[in-house]
Amino acid sequence: MHSFGYRLNALLTLGVTTLALMCAMASFSDNFNHPSPSANVQVMNVNWFQKQSSGNDEVSLTLKISADLQSTFTWNTKQVFAFLAAEYETPGNSLNQISLWDSIIPSKERAKFTIHTKNKYRLIDQGSNLRGKEFNLTLHWHVMPKTGKMFADKIVMTGYRLPVDYR
Amino acid sequence: MWLIGETVDSIRSIQVRQLINQAVSLGMIVTSALIIWKALMCITGSESPVVVVLSESMEPGFKRGDILFLHMSKDPIRAGEIVVFNIDGRDIPIVHRVIKVHERQDTGEVDVLTKGDNNDGDDRVLYAEGQLWLQRQHIMGRAIGFLPNVGWVTIIMTEKPIVKYILVGLLGLLVITSKD
Repeated sequence: MHSFGYRLNALLTLGVTTLALMCAMASFSDNFNHPSPSANVQVMNVNWFQKQSSGNDEVSLTLKISADLQSTFTWNTKQVFAFLAAEYETPGNSLNQISLWDSIIPSKERAKFTIHTKNKYRLIDQGSNLRGKEFNLTLHWHVMPKTGKMFADKIVMTGYRLPVDYR
Repeated sequence: MWLIGETVDSIRSIQVRQLINQAVSLGMIVTSALIIWKALMCITGSESPVVVVLSESMEPGFKRGDILFLHMSKDPIRAGEIVVFNIDGRDIPIVHRVIKVHERQDTGEVDVLTKGDNNDGDDRVLYAEGQLWLQRQHIMGRAIGFLPNVGWVTIIMTEKPIVKYILVGLLGLLVITSKD
């Protein structure tokens, strides 16, 4: 009962159990954080809007994105992954979500920002439904913890519309 | 040196009944581990409820050696979720984020495009020949939580199998030589 092997085993088990418990408590503490983020997006310019040779519509936008995600950070946060998605409905698809821009926010200080950017990922429809299309721009964020459960939420901004004609 | 001497002595004094006892105890431990694993598969609804991150394509969020807890629910797949998927013809699952979703009106089926946070381009280069989208059947689960660095044990055992054999050998020796 007192051999070296048993003592090592007991020590290791206690160590691992304690570590696991600490990780679980750290993750649990994230539930007490009530974030109050804000965001605002403007479409500064529709750079071009065409039907590709494949028959699918594609549009290029320049966006001004300002957001304050500082309140989503806790002591157990490693980074926040934020992305802006264009969301719209078409006759064929009940939902289309296209990520236009994303960013990894590594610290609380960098979580309040305003940027001008062209869309990072191509906004291509499945089909030719984008003329005059009304769409939402939703800012999603995923809080990635140092350890434990991941949280995600979003702000939906409505009222954007694409031009009626190609340009 | 005294440990080795002690071990050699105890192997010599082994009796058949004791040996069978040890073997059954070992069998019970292995079976319990298997039961826990299968139960986890049922609870999370995923074929592999825990995966180890093998590449750096999701840094700095997930590093090599982290483990991810997966869950697969009937909820629709939406942009931003981190999913684990298999490509036909490859056996290693990939853990990346969904960046585009197109969901059909009539059937509710989805076309999904993924990309690793740390990669410049999307995953179309990884998909099978001619495949442009992932469908629900390719996706094994969503990542809902993670633990850092715990997966290094699995990586070391896979990449240097000698470590696996040494560990199993040591465990076997411990079981055989324990007095009760």
